Amino acid sequence: MSGGVDSSVAAALLRDAGHEVVGVTMKLWGGESDTGCCSVADVDDARRVAQQLGLDHVVFNFGDDFAAHVVEPYLEAHVAGRTPNPCVECNRHLKFARLAERAEQLGFDALATGHHARVLPPAEGRGWRLGRGADRSKDQSYVLHMLDQRDLARTLLPVGELRKPEVRARAAALGLRTAGKADSQDVCFITSQHGRRAFVGSRRPLHPATVVDTGGRRLGEVPAVELVTVGQRKGLGGPGGGPARYVVDVDVAARRVTVGLRDDLLVGEQDALGWRWVDGVVDGPALVQVSAHGQPRPATLVVAGGGVVTVRWHDAERRVAPGQSVVAYDPTDALVLGGGLAA
Amino acid sequence: MRPEAVEAMLPFLTERFANPSGSHGASRDARRGVDEARDVVADALGGAPGEVVFTGCGTEADNLAVLGTVRRHGGVAVCPAAEHHAVLQAVEHVGGRVVTVDAAGAVDLDALADALDESVRVVSVMAVNNEVGTISPLAEVAAVVRERAPAAVLHTDAVQGLQWIDLAAAAADFDLVAVSAHKFGGPKGVGALLVRGGATVEPLLMGGGQERDRRSGTHNVAGIVAMAEAMRVTVATRTETVARVQALRDRLVDGLVARVPGLRETVARDRKVAGSAHVCVEGVENESLLFLLDRAGVCASAASACSSGAMDPSHVLAAMGVPREVASGALRLSLGWASRDEEVDRVLEVLPASVLRLQPDRPERPGAGVEVPVP
Repeated sequence: MSGGVDSSVAAALLRDAGHEVVGVTMKLWGGESDTGCCSVADVDDARRVAQQLGLDHVVFNFGDDFAAHVVEPYLEAHVAGRTPNPCVECNRHLKFARLAERAEQLGFDALATGHHARVLPPAEGRGWRLGRGADRSKDQSYVLHMLDQRDLARTLLPVGELRKPEVRARAAALGLRTAGKADSQDVCFITSQHGRRAFVGSRRPLHPATVVDTGGRRLGEVPAVELVTVGQRKGLGGPGGGPARYVVDVDVAARRVTVGLRDDLLVGEQDALGWRWVDGVVDGPALVQVSAHGQPRPATLVVAGGGVVTVRWHDAERRVAPGQSVVAYDPTDALVLGGGLAA
Repeated sequence: MRPEAVEAMLPFLTERFANPSGSHGASRDARRGVDEARDVVADALGGAPGEVVFTGCGTEADNLAVLGTVRRHGGVAVCPAAEHHAVLQAVEHVGGRVVTVDAAGAVDLDALADALDESVRVVSVMAVNNEVGTISPLAEVAAVVRERAPAAVLHTDAVQGLQWIDLAAAAADFDLVAVSAHKFGGPKGVGALLVRGGATVEPLLMGGGQERDRRSGTHNVAGIVAMAEAMRVTVATRTETVARVQALRDRLVDGLVARVPGLRETVARDRKVAGSAHVCVEGVENESLLFLLDRAGVCASAASACSSGAMDPSHVLAAMGVPREVASGALRLSLGWASRDEEVDRVLEVLPASVLRLQPDRPERPGAGVEVPVP
């Protein structure tokens, strides 16, 4: 329970379905935080909701695991010029691994979260499947793409069947204070006051870099090459006017950021690493989504081996920032097939 | 709470409700309750009634001692690393010195001596450690401080002490002594600081000048009266309670050591108070163990709870040099005046089974003859 409305209602739905429910909040971050799942205020909200629902509530301190599996890799990704998605890594290493394993050890049959997505049981020769949430605009299946058969078999996503307004209405009907709470937006361990630059900069050295165009002509400078993202348009310090320019390449070692026109970003295929399939290998047509709320685009999946999958776009697409999740859905856009991180 | 304390406070929540600082008859009646309580607290701590300052909790008493002394007199504050955060953070807040402790969590007297000089104005050493139960050598501490830091005021956080040891004797050399009611059968939200003659502190709270200008704010009359009554009963029955609880604690710990593979006592019993059982269980995460114990109706603790309610790694065990992976299996089982045989039986039944569940693959100690009952 994050203290938000979705996990609150998830707990209520399970309680009403007759399950023996215990609310858990993970304490992940000991430092500054103003939003997300880590702050004391959010733990207070989660505890109060559990009290109102008549559920026991506990807090598990997974701070060491979070530092090792989320924060450190986040910093290392920036150092390497990639664009990390810490929420995906938190789901992969904390929620659906560390917490799920502890829940199993303590005798629980399942772990439930407030994600907007659906777990579909085995049927017609297929295994467990992960589907988009009923509220397409709030769908979070993208950040759950790493769940495999074992994970899905012990996962419940009760609010995945509801639209967000219904979730809020249920919370209000239950008298929960979290009914009107805003959705969390940002990375939980980075404060809006100090931001990403201060966070990374206080833990890793940041280096200025030269901004050049695709012809190698110097256009300006950025203060921290580690924080530049492929596809980025703003904050490049170039001269105003003319067509919009985008980052097409980040070379940390050479301290060089290359910018180009929108067309320079377009690629015919995209490799993804560390790919995990939800329910078996799918070589063939798919819809592929490359950001949390991005439009899925038609492509063909080609398994390259070694956990690498090549996404062959049917029409050229913008290059995905290395480190971002690349998630494949079935051609009807209902089920997650698998996903990995952009190379 | 002790029933005597509950009974003592009820009239002050009903017919004797007045503010003791007023000038009318009802106030005088409430004032009498506070003054009688002050006599009891003074006797229990070995001070004079005028030396007792009632506070809102033990933390406030500790803060008043450390911050109040430095703000009044300047100079440097010193404390050992295993102090309660109420002292440790106050000392750190005024830029003080933190000294090392030994493997049992008691202040290292040599390190303390090294940290002392003429600039030191307050030295704070707890009477009994709240996590591991170790008793501090207060007389030795006082001797070192008087010799090396003659200007220093001696403070002891005795929040964990009153129920087990005679503070009037043990802390006789200390200028400031902090206690908290809920640790000996009184209510939460009331404490006291003994400020012995000569010592002066800058108040933390400004206002009506209660407690001889040392702690402004309307008295929590019912809480103060209940604290005093709990203290009176505690002191009157202490010898008997210590003997009884020590026997319970010994049976509990001996039973656990015999039944749980990989369970070790953290501090030798001859250095601890009677009510403290602190163990480390190898290969077990205490958050999981606490959860299972809780579900079985056993209320235990690990380190000290942080503001989110999660267990933070213990700064006390870290200061003692206990490796982090050992500390993650730390478990505090605290006994008190109300502890009973059946409760020890229950823990001896539930805890071994819970540990077994969390470390099912662990080979049992050869020759231990372990039989784990399933609760």
